[in-house]
Amino acid sequence: MNFYGTLMLFYKEVMRFLSVFMQTILAPVINAVLFLIVFYPFGEQMTGFGFSNVDYGLFLIPGLLMMSVLQNAFANSSSSMIQAKNYGNVIFMLVAPLSSFEIMLAFVAGAIVRGILVALAVYLVGGLFYEINIVHPLATFALVFLSSLVMGAMGLIAGIWADRYDHLAGFQNFVILPLTFLSGVFYSTQNLPEIWYQISLWNPFFYMIDALRFSILGQSDIDIFISIWAIICFAISTCLCAWWMLHTGYRLRH
Amino acid sequence: MSSEFAVDIQKITKKYGKEEVLKDVTLQISKGQFFGLLGPNGAGKSTLINTIAGLVRPTSGSISIMGQDVIKNYREARRALGLVPQELLDEPFFDIENLLKLQSGYFSIKNNDEWINELLEVMELKKQAKKKMSMLSGGMKRRVLIAMALVHKPSVIILDEPTAGVDINLRRNLWKFIKQLHKLGHTIILTTHYLEEAETLCDYIAIIDCGKIITQQSKTELLKNHNNKQLEHIFMELIDRETDEE
Ligand SMILES: Nc1ncnc2c1ncn2[C@@H]1O[C@H](COP(=O)(O)OP(=O)(O)OP(=O)(O)O)[C@@H](O)[C@H]1O
Ligand SMILES: [Mg+2]
Repeated sequence: MNFYGTLMLFYKEVMRFLSVFMQTILAPVINAVLFLIVFYPFGEQMTGFGFSNVDYGLFLIPGLLMMSVLQNAFANSSSSMIQAKNYGNVIFMLVAPLSSFEIMLAFVAGAIVRGILVALAVYLVGGLFYEINIVHPLATFALVFLSSLVMGAMGLIAGIWADRYDHLAGFQNFVILPLTFLSGVFYSTQNLPEIWYQISLWNPFFYMIDALRFSILGQSDIDIFISIWAIICFAISTCLCAWWMLHTGYRLRH
Repeated sequence: MSSEFAVDIQKITKKYGKEEVLKDVTLQISKGQFFGLLGPNGAGKSTLINTIAGLVRPTSGSISIMGQDVIKNYREARRALGLVPQELLDEPFFDIENLLKLQSGYFSIKNNDEWINELLEVMELKKQAKKKMSMLSGGMKRRVLIAMALVHKPSVIILDEPTAGVDINLRRNLWKFIKQLHKLGHTIILTTHYLEEAETLCDYIAIIDCGKIITQQSKTELLKNHNNKQLEHIFMELIDRETDEE
């Protein structure tokens, strides 16, 4: 294995988003803060979202946090890849002695770092509004890590597949965004009509958000172990798919 | 697979849809050769070069670099190869010096500052070292691409029209530098539309047209067989004859 080469590619991935941290870290935090500002004054009055003993604003925090993680981990690998393709500098990586697995590893690891940093930032800012006592810190970290991994691999797939930026924007607006909004960020699925609940079970983000709610607040709709298993399955399948695309040279090696 | 060849191309065919861009190309480039690959626009030069570099996957056939198959032993093959691509490109995030360091890193070279410095000097990029590629002119970008291809001191260096858009001064320095590398034992593969360049530099020449190799021989032989005419005339004759036959 070309360990040092992989490390350098990973380092490049991290430096790339840090060099534009206003867009990559600050913007998502402001996004989350806006949600909190909107809901904060009504927190205590809001009922019927499913959890009876928590303030709605506090209930929102795990969902908002996960939503930021998912969108940013995805954005990291996908925009890095599509930029490399559009600018043409992807060939620097393609002529280097890096395996498909190593390239995937570096991109996904970069996305994980961005996911974790965004999570941390949202957590700190959320702390200005509510006292957040994380019930299971280790599980919280593991969930942020695993979910970023899934979305990093998804982003890599989308970045390789997309020819132009608007393909990617389409993917984000028509797939990622609806799935996040319909995954239980704003409500508990317990209260949904049966059919909507069944549909939610097909949404990967549902498991990520529900599990994170358990790890932070100690309550969730479904068993956290089921969610973690589901997330691990998503991680394996997205990574396999990304690896396969790199391995066959799909849209990269013509 | 014998490794007396720097590059061994066996029966390479490349199709884009129905269009056959490379037709059963077999070509061997010996170690230490200064090899000129010539041909009109669209002949398939870049496609062949990119196939050697693994940027294009051939429809059939195989290629090895310094005895290493470009697919099976891609790591060794890629370490042995430096490619200066024809198309200019951009990198908006890192300055030139850091790009060179990163590229060295991909090749697992940890401390390459000395060589990077030398490359920056020879390519006259010292002043640009802290600039980003997007801020450079076309000719300057070309210099960066050349430096990038050489960070890992590859035994085989492929230059796809390296002098397109490059000023006289750099062109002279570039050839001096490339000749020096050649003397040190590097194999050089060059495409260019400036046939005088090829005539003075190369010791072996292949001409490709419409995806087929129409001639490959040493320069002296090629010139002798054509009554020592200028390479440019020979080139035109061969290409015309080829077009007439089709
Ligand atoms: N990705 C691609 N898809 C379809 N056709 C392609 C692709 N890349 C190249 N071609 C075709 O392959 C043929 C050979 O192109 P190539 O770039 O190898 O020519 P070349 O000899 O390098 O020409 P030039 O001197 O202009 O650089 C051309 O007809 C081109 O249209
Ligand atoms: Mg070309």
